[in-house]
Amino acid sequence: METLVTVINANGLITAFAIVGITVWVSYVMSARLTAGRIHGSAIAIILGLAASYWAGSVTGGSRGVVDIGLLAGIGLMGGGMMRDFGIVSTAFGVHISELRKAGVVGVISIFAGVIVSFIVGALIAVAFGYRDAESITAIGAGAVTYIVGPVTGTAIGASSDVIALSVAAGVVKSILVMIGTPLVAKYIGLNNPQSAMVFGGLMGTTSGVAGGLAATDPRLVPYGAMTATFYTGLGCLMGPSILYFIVRALV
Amino acid sequence: MIIYGVALLAACLLAGLYLGELLGQLLGVQANVGGVGIAMLLLVLASSMQRFKPLVTGASASGINFWSAMYIPIIVAMAASQNVVAAVDGGLLALLAGVGAVVVSFALVPVLSRFGPQSEPLPPLEESNTKTGGGA
Repeated sequence: METLVTVINANGLITAFAIVGITVWVSYVMSARLTAGRIHGSAIAIILGLAASYWAGSVTGGSRGVVDIGLLAGIGLMGGGMMRDFGIVSTAFGVHISELRKAGVVGVISIFAGVIVSFIVGALIAVAFGYRDAESITAIGAGAVTYIVGPVTGTAIGASSDVIALSVAAGVVKSILVMIGTPLVAKYIGLNNPQSAMVFGGLMGTTSGVAGGLAATDPRLVPYGAMTATFYTGLGCLMGPSILYFIVRALV
Repeated sequence: MIIYGVALLAACLLAGLYLGELLGQLLGVQANVGGVGIAMLLLVLASSMQRFKPLVTGASASGINFWSAMYIPIIVAMAASQNVVAAVDGGLLALLAGVGAVVVSFALVPVLSRFGPQSEPLPPLEESNTKTGGGA
């Protein structure tokens, strides 16, 4: 047993491949047997991953899901930003330039619309919960943009640390909800072609959410959504501490 | 050689991330602006250029396709390393702000998709797997 633990600890990434492989297999069996294929296997796999992360987080008190369990540390490497970005870029192989051009202007508009709309919703809810200072309202609004824009904006404008923590939580809720919700609403919002996928990526913006949500809907849409989504956080970090903050400050 | 495709992919990602960092510094924001998106554009451009043909066909292509197929497992691993507890414990405000932003954004997808040239819905997944050529 001790030897096995040593082997697993010394081969984290390989262990991750094996465990994720088993998870995906279980998910596809569940998809076929329990839902008759109605819920996509990859959607179930992502939900199992999130559930495991919740369980691990409650047990360990850590912030990185199953990665905080020593034996599963390799999952952090496999699912970290480096591999995620490498995987996302590889999905662009086979993308048609003509499809990208079609959504060019609308894609750009959707990024701006996405940042502004999410910010307004977050800011309004902050006001509804009794926040009256421009810094807190802006930070929480920015958190509803993404969980990166929230702390970047909050730190830049000097929001308090509990408000910044709230803004991160709002962003994480958004990202997880996009992962789970996208396959469920895809049919109703016309998410079945490259052009709407680019609009979707621009509006949602959370790279993890868009990447997971589209993978569970139709993997062929991933590159189109990811393409616009990767500009969203940058734009959010640009607008949050500047124009959006100034507007909020002028209003309160 | 499979490694040629993998190397091309790696080079695109590094170049894209580098440009994204520079763009971020240029704009004065603490974030990588579109690095991954730029990398994707570089890969799309490279795969349509004659000069890079040996890197994107045959065995080299399978080096890229392998990572493309590993994408969903990577996303599953990513899901397992999210801070789900923080999202649940963030309380009602965090929940409402997150849910509200997602619902409104979902609703805007069909509104904005109406503008500009439309693209055709993709064929059902099963069909595309057994595609025998002819289509684009």
